[in-house]
Amino acid sequence: MTTDSSTLDATAVASLARQVVEAHPPGQVPLVELMGAWYDAGLAWVHFPVGRGGLDAPRALQPVANRVMRDAGGPEPRTVNTIGYGIVAGTIVRHVPPVTANRLLRPLATGEELWCQLFSEPGAGSDLAGLATRAVRDGEGWRVNGQKVWTSLAHKSAWAVLLARTDPDVPKHQGLTYFIVEMTTPGIEVRPLRQITGRASFNEVFLDEVYVPDTQRLGDVGAGWFVANSTLGDERTSLGDRVAARSSGTIADALELWTARPERHTPVLRDRLARLWLRAESQRLTADRARVSAVRGNPGPESAIIKLVGSELAQSVYEFCLDLLGPEAALVDTYSPDAPDDVSGPTALQRKFLRSRATTLEGGTSEIMRNVIGERVLKLPQEIRNDKGKPWKEIPR
Amino acid sequence: MSEGVGQEFAFDEDLLELRRMVREFCQEVSPEDVVRTTMETESGWDPVLWKRLGSELGVLGLAVPESLGGDGVGLVASAIVLEELGAALVCGPVVGTLALALPALSVLPDHETAGELMADAVVGERVLTLVAPLAGGTFDADALSVSATSSGSAGAGWTLHGVADHVPDGAIADTLLVVARTSDGAALFLVDAAAMGLTATPLTTMDLTRRQARLELDDVPARLLADELATPGICEHAAQVGAVLLAAAQVGGAQAMLDRTVEHARTRLQFGQAIGAFQAVKHKCADMLMAVEQARSLAYHGAWALQDGTDDPALAAALARAVVSETYFRVSATAMQLHGGSGFTWELPIHLHLKRAVSDGIALGSSEDAVERVARLVLDA
Repeated sequence: MTTDSSTLDATAVASLARQVVEAHPPGQVPLVELMGAWYDAGLAWVHFPVGRGGLDAPRALQPVANRVMRDAGGPEPRTVNTIGYGIVAGTIVRHVPPVTANRLLRPLATGEELWCQLFSEPGAGSDLAGLATRAVRDGEGWRVNGQKVWTSLAHKSAWAVLLARTDPDVPKHQGLTYFIVEMTTPGIEVRPLRQITGRASFNEVFLDEVYVPDTQRLGDVGAGWFVANSTLGDERTSLGDRVAARSSGTIADALELWTARPERHTPVLRDRLARLWLRAESQRLTADRARVSAVRGNPGPESAIIKLVGSELAQSVYEFCLDLLGPEAALVDTYSPDAPDDVSGPTALQRKFLRSRATTLEGGTSEIMRNVIGERVLKLPQEIRNDKGKPWKEIPR
Repeated sequence: MSEGVGQEFAFDEDLLELRRMVREFCQEVSPEDVVRTTMETESGWDPVLWKRLGSELGVLGLAVPESLGGDGVGLVASAIVLEELGAALVCGPVVGTLALALPALSVLPDHETAGELMADAVVGERVLTLVAPLAGGTFDADALSVSATSSGSAGAGWTLHGVADHVPDGAIADTLLVVARTSDGAALFLVDAAAMGLTATPLTTMDLTRRQARLELDDVPARLLADELATPGICEHAAQVGAVLLAAAQVGGAQAMLDRTVEHARTRLQFGQAIGAFQAVKHKCADMLMAVEQARSLAYHGAWALQDGTDDPALAAALARAVVSETYFRVSATAMQLHGGSGFTWELPIHLHLKRAVSDGIALGSSEDAVERVARLVLDA
């Protein structure tokens, strides 16, 4: 075994975590207090430096801490501030000076200041690096103009991470710069974007002459793409942090429905459900294997496939549920934009079916994910691209 | 065991070293041209190569308990060996001896006899096979086609009569473990391949690297190995271990097909570029990778489950069987597709894997049989 982590092993991390949940029992103290203590103890991101929510411990020990939290009835930490934990924290810790980083990370960790991500645009989805929102120098800062889309939590967020084009005369990846922006800044307008579920869990964000101080630039001018990419890996590997129980996750909905509706059982549906269960189990065990590889310091190709397989499985599961429901599948009890986040109620499965159509689109479409697996894991050549090496302003759009 | 580290999938340095060793051995001793030469011989195997695997490398008895003269390293180690043998398409009694007979003998109540038989088998000096009704993937007493008759005084001697078809490695086995019907059920018998009244007819197999025989037993003298109480459990255990080991071999073959196809997609130029740049090809390669990685998880979950008791062995074995066979076949078929016309030639090794995928996918029951078992265990329970 490696020895560099000998001072902080799983036992020590678990012990620290237990101290926190004992002193601040989940459910009995406010979430902010619990998560604040969690942050102060260095358990928010154990691999971060001491004083910035971490312990300088191996990243692989994070699940140990999270498990203690879960067993004590606390939240999965990232659900407190999904984008904050998922991509922002890693960017801040890499690119922001320690004191400012601590000032930003603590309320991020407690959920007091939610974060959103101003990356995607109507004209830049899969081809994110082609984005057109402009940031132009203005005194000690920048003026930003453009439109962002698919921004979850924009209406609730205190802060955003922003990718904007600072140089249109160079190839697309080289002309981007990364900023953090307060969502209360004048010129930012958030409009809810309604989805097929009727809900508006995403937003469009319009940026009109928004002033951003240069102190809120992360990384060098023109280095935005690389700053953004430095945390994309965090997002993917974080998917492997949890060991799921057998028959949990989306497949649980299908199994539950199967048990509840014996009168609708047919051999064909039984066959389909058995094969879905096999897919779920293949996925679960592969995630577990990826987790063990990562813990042992050899992240393998397993982690890259988890998102893709899981998203396609989710769709198949809810397609199955509709077929098992029969005539009831035609009903949806609400298309209210304010319908709650946790899908429940008499037509929960129908609504989950609708929601599942996004799983193969969000966080990289399945087509892009297959490109990623083909090019980054299997090292297949990139396809010929019409924009390669061209200044951004000459690319057709 | 520290928190956060799963009990399964922890491939330690010894296991990684074992893999490297077996892989190097296969590359050196059983490269593709040797496989082709061997598979075209009448018997379809090379006893010298098998003995080297057993004595020089010492990898045939890794899962055999130490108390029975094996190495007692465990089933995971054995699965790694099978995976590498599968990748290299090594010819020999992999199914008969490694996947079926040794697992059966490992749980034989008569330790002394088991130890004697396995001592020769693990060094490659004795080929064993199991003749049992496992065609559906589980022990099926109703499918017994051999019957046993007790001759003379109690326990003194038995004779076997009947026909057993599709016996893996049946024509090259020195010793046969035969399950036969008695008046009280099914019992396990030991039969010498040279015994009077035994005829082993080699069958012409699609997969020339996995041989089968038809056995005709005409009052063949046999020795009782396990009684009616123990035999079904022995057979079930052999079927489960066999399923997992075969799955590991299939994963090896599938990985070999994936590697070869990716290499082809990187180097084959059409329309002025490597064909792997086209999404039609690239995405199929990505799908192959996803299938192989998931199959690997199931095969090794099975190995760990049966080795350490981390899961219901019947379910773990059925899981592996239900998915991995299909994966090996689909990946081989896609490999052929992505190689274009050359993939259909005798010269390229893809047909060897496609045929192996068929034969390994039938041995010990089809995917559908296994899906049905999973459905019973998970949905009907």
